[in-house]
Amino acid sequence: MQTLDFQKMENIERSSARKRIFYRWLLFIILGIFALYYLAPLYVMIITSLKTMEEIRQGNLMTLPREIIFDSWITAWSGRGGIDAGNVFLRPFFWNSLKMVVPAVAISTFFGALNGYALTKWRFKGDNIIFLLFLFGCFIPYQAILLPMSRTLGFLGISNSISGLVLVHTVYGLSFTTLFFRNYYISIPDEMIKAARIDGAGFFKIFFKVLIPISAPIAVVTVIWQFTNIWNDFLFGSSFSFGEAAPIQVALNNMVLTSTSVKEYNVDMAAAFIAGIPTLLVYILAGKYFIRGLTAGSVKG
Amino acid sequence: MLYWLQRNLPKIVISPSFAVIIWFVYGFVLWTFYVSFTKSKMLPRYEFWGIDQHFRLWSNPRWFNAVENLLIFTILFVLVCLLIGIILSILLDQKIRTEGFLRTIYLYPMALSFIVTGTAWKWILNPTMGLEKLLNDWGFTEFTFDWLVNRDMSIYTIVIAAVWQSSGFVMALFLAGLRSIDDEIVKAAKIDGASLYSIYLTIILPMMRPVFMSSIVILLHISIKSYDLVVALTAGGPGISSDMPAVFMTQMAFHRSEIGLASASAVMMFLTVLAIIVPYLYSELRRQDANS
Repeated sequence: MQTLDFQKMENIERSSARKRIFYRWLLFIILGIFALYYLAPLYVMIITSLKTMEEIRQGNLMTLPREIIFDSWITAWSGRGGIDAGNVFLRPFFWNSLKMVVPAVAISTFFGALNGYALTKWRFKGDNIIFLLFLFGCFIPYQAILLPMSRTLGFLGISNSISGLVLVHTVYGLSFTTLFFRNYYISIPDEMIKAARIDGAGFFKIFFKVLIPISAPIAVVTVIWQFTNIWNDFLFGSSFSFGEAAPIQVALNNMVLTSTSVKEYNVDMAAAFIAGIPTLLVYILAGKYFIRGLTAGSVKG
Repeated sequence: MLYWLQRNLPKIVISPSFAVIIWFVYGFVLWTFYVSFTKSKMLPRYEFWGIDQHFRLWSNPRWFNAVENLLIFTILFVLVCLLIGIILSILLDQKIRTEGFLRTIYLYPMALSFIVTGTAWKWILNPTMGLEKLLNDWGFTEFTFDWLVNRDMSIYTIVIAAVWQSSGFVMALFLAGLRSIDDEIVKAAKIDGASLYSIYLTIILPMMRPVFMSSIVILLHISIKSYDLVVALTAGGPGISSDMPAVFMTQMAFHRSEIGLASASAVMMFLTVLAIIVPYLYSELRRQDANS
């Protein structure tokens, strides 16, 4: 009897182990299918951009290129030269975006840090209400400010210019940067500031000598958040600029829409990929901070 | 004097940013509100006209169509994103070694712009050369897929691309939520003989109420503002079949010289966001106060 029971238990154990392995495999298969689902568009983009139009017409979305050709990348980036004049290519607009992103990110991040510092370490009457007023700025649908903004830019003489877009992105980024730094600084113990004050340090000295040196993590999160949002913006870009002053997303959209003679899907895909490279790189290199920004920027307060 | 300056320095430092926010956010919103009560066409006119623009808006079939599309889009977008996000987060929570790698894959679309996403999906959903041809080549010769050029289906293509882009984000939010749950609770329930399935359904998911709340608010917010993706994928077409309020607004504002009407539609969008955000912020801040 004894031995029989052992046999039985062993059987049960073995079958439950087998069951566990089965579920493990099922888990991986489902997760793998989802991974393919998310990767497929990127894969299609890349291989389409490496094919000739001839090959695209013959094959389908998934067929690999017979040989890898970077012609569409070159066309997307710097055009075809003098052959057809009207064609849009990305190079100048890529630089436009860069010229817009760098100052806008730098200015909005700096002021966000300063605001966050003033709001948390030097509490004053009404600071919470001021913070709430900032916070609400994160949520407004920009359609509600589009028209007055375009008139203001006209009034300032900077409509359809990079400086105009820098202004817009700085202004509407302030809410986010202030929120990020405020939530970070609030967790820094006040004792640090008190000690510095006893030593005779003033407002700015404490900011630059005590807080800035420990702000690296939140600064990275903020810079990535601002960079991604501003680089990817289309609404402001398309509303306040056209022609030569347009940022890359607007240029990409124009490029895809303008159908000169034949639709070139390979060039479209190369262009879309080029426009996505900077933010993708940031994501791959600093994914942790990217995700932190996403969750901090959403689970607000 | 110096003492006064020192005492008020924090206020002085914050005042430029504060002034900017007051002017560019609140001032501008008020301007838009006011202009929605004027006769403004191509240029703003400041004589008060009453609520006629709002009547015009709500008797405009194109606006109705845009609102209807927004409803369809929002419901599907929120539900599917939640479903995929929750499933993925639970599966990833099973202590697997490749988690970090998989998470990176699920979330990367969030780093792309809606224009890039729209361009890619426009090609994938191409009625003759895209998905249709792929499945035909794979042996499903009867398969047709023309949603992009089909008036009745075009709105759903926007749902497809938007879900691809944003569902990983919901996964990240839920995964963070799951991580904050005490392991002991799960262990105790396991000892009581509860199956993993019922533990998640009856114990863990109900505990994730705040995550549900913030995910839904964020998804609603994304969907109300959705503009770029529509422009890149369908441009609101064919005809106006995939039009949305944000597209309607910019059309009226910049192409139709209907500033008053555009402002009225912007006011509607603003009020909708307000109705979602204010209760959310209120409950969030109260929760935080209770915690601290």
